[in-house]
Amino acid sequence: MRYIIPLVLFLGLVVFLAIGLGRDPHEVPSPLVNKPAPAFRLAQLKDPAKTFSPEEMRGKVWLLNVWASWCFSCREEHPLLIEAARTGALPIYGLNYRDKREDALPWLTELGDPYVLSVSDLDARVGMDYGVYGAPESYLIDRNGVIRFKQIGPISPDVWEKTILPLARELNK
Amino acid sequence: MKRVAVLLMLLVGVAFSIVGKDAQPLAADPVLEERVLSLAKELRCLVCQNETLADSRADLAQDLRNQIREQMKAGKSDKEIIAFMTERYGKFILYRPPMDPTTYLLWFGPFILLLGGLLFLFRYVKQRRALIIEQPLSADERKRAESLLKPQGKEIA
Repeated sequence: MRYIIPLVLFLGLVVFLAIGLGRDPHEVPSPLVNKPAPAFRLAQLKDPAKTFSPEEMRGKVWLLNVWASWCFSCREEHPLLIEAARTGALPIYGLNYRDKREDALPWLTELGDPYVLSVSDLDARVGMDYGVYGAPESYLIDRNGVIRFKQIGPISPDVWEKTILPLARELNK
Repeated sequence: MKRVAVLLMLLVGVAFSIVGKDAQPLAADPVLEERVLSLAKELRCLVCQNETLADSRADLAQDLRNQIREQMKAGKSDKEIIAFMTERYGKFILYRPPMDPTTYLLWFGPFILLLGGLLFLFRYVKQRRALIIEQPLSADERKRAESLLKPQGKEIA
């Protein structure tokens, strides 16, 4: 009996530590999940004369990926996006965040371009509307233009296979 | 020749100090800037999470400060600007945690702990009191105690 109280306290501590230490403090829950994706109309990266707006994607399930040439983790994530684009599972659109066109274009040439198209968010205003605070970030957007999932940081193969793809399939039904 | 060179340098220095002006205030409107800064101190920079927007040098913090300034110029209240920020970045951006179901534990946890501690203390003391056994003095002991306590005539006088 006298050992039960310390044991319970110890187990409580273990549970709290297990939860607390398992968390990534850089992952801030986004208030945008299950809210309509903020509207924008931006010039396309490869052809600045043309624009793109999420409105055009109504009726489709798609992924908006925030990237930049200065972003180291984007490089890490890139092969997965290339592979994903090759399988054609999900149309991927790029938001080139706080970047320069002359840096962004060679980056795509060098590493390959998984995007249907990218738009230039030079002054990071659209990024602000999407609550971007670090690249890469990805938003899975459903047919009605509602954000259904947000990935902060690079998409891992695990997240892609177990979260994004199943959710996209579900949304496409 | 060397002297001439030194003299020349000094002269050039003097000339520049005449041209130089007082540092311009960074902000065109110090009152507005004061407001921007005081609000920025309430908000967290999400890139470097232990810094306020006012302190941080991250690009994002810079942008958000500009955003605050613009909105203030447009006549928005602090409350509206905070709503703008939390809509995008969540409540995490607030340095002062708001009172809502996710933070009840944070706000009331210490009081619950205090209450638990008091309850424990109260019960413990009560339990200890029950353990105390009254032991009345025997007649011999009483006599001894009295003799010990009795004032010694000489010393008192």
